[in-house]
Amino acid sequence: MGFLDTTYKDSNIIVVSLEKALNWARKSSLWYMQFGLACCAIEMMATAASRYDFDRFGIIPRSSPRQADVMIVAGTVTLKMATRIQRLYEQMSEPRYVISMGSCSNCGGPYWEHGYHVLKGVDRVVPVDVYVPGCPPRPEALLQGFLHLQKKIMNETLVEGVDPTKAVVIEDQGGEDVSIKNVDETEEHKKAQIEFPQQDAHRKESGS
Amino acid sequence: MMKIEELYKKLIEKFGEEGFEHVADGVVEPWIVVKPEQLRDVAKFLRDEPGLRFDSLMCLSGVHYQKEEQLGVTYHLDSTSEKHKLTLKVLMPQDDARVPSIEQIWKTADWHEREAFDMFGIHFEGHPDHRRILCPDDWEGYPLRKDYKEQEFYRGMKVAY
Repeated sequence: MGFLDTTYKDSNIIVVSLEKALNWARKSSLWYMQFGLACCAIEMMATAASRYDFDRFGIIPRSSPRQADVMIVAGTVTLKMATRIQRLYEQMSEPRYVISMGSCSNCGGPYWEHGYHVLKGVDRVVPVDVYVPGCPPRPEALLQGFLHLQKKIMNETLVEGVDPTKAVVIEDQGGEDVSIKNVDETEEHKKAQIEFPQQDAHRKESGS
Repeated sequence: MMKIEELYKKLIEKFGEEGFEHVADGVVEPWIVVKPEQLRDVAKFLRDEPGLRFDSLMCLSGVHYQKEEQLGVTYHLDSTSEKHKLTLKVLMPQDDARVPSIEQIWKTADWHEREAFDMFGIHFEGHPDHRRILCPDDWEGYPLRKDYKEQEFYRGMKVAY
């Protein structure tokens, strides 16, 4: 009698691939490091509080990077703080994820031109998994960011040759149908890759 | 309660007319210009003299006058007992910006002076903890000067967008 063709009397057995089980466990207890830097932190706190209730998803705050799985960079990243962010990210144990919350940490936000002290995007110092737009994003948006991160985690694999750290684009039309594509696959990204150098060239011309 | 003209009279009675200037441009509150060398004595006098009793330094700000190539410090004083206010200004050349610290007279000045040093590069002589307050210690330049040019990289991070 094999393992799979047996019927069991109690239901405490689940048959699942190891990869799926690992990913499921990982995505179901995303402990985040409290990293409130500016006004986005207020929304982050609101998301954690009873009305939006992060804990529904197993997401709870941690004060130490050693115990955290995901860092929410919530707010304006100054150059002074960027060195600390780098250090804290290095102190997190793997697998580790980063959610960039709000315009400031995505790209510098309102400080993009005259903010001499602001890092123009936290992705210049740490790799970012999910960017949540908004100024600041509403709690729903942050939650959506977490749901996307969970989808991304479920997409991870132990198979050799597939890079689990590779950036993915999540196509979200609203509702249940969310598809995840690797970055090279999407037309939008190909377009974006063509557009960015042009912008850079324009910036060089204007001298900013 | 004293008007600024009376305060000005009190000051020149005590210190002589040399170095004091009473300016009223009709736009903002009139102010009194003081020489940096005299600042500490004037401050002590304003705080301790009965009838003046400026017991509170409301604000201390640095200013960059680019056209005149001057730096300035503006002191906003208030007396909670006598209910009057006074604005003092100190001017100094841009390439030798030194002014005595008044941290020993009004404790409020401690962080304010550090901020003015951080943003304008004004040196407050006699300050007990004279270092930058907002920018990192290894920051180059003084950001609020009108001719400030931001550095290209800070510790390997690109500063511009």
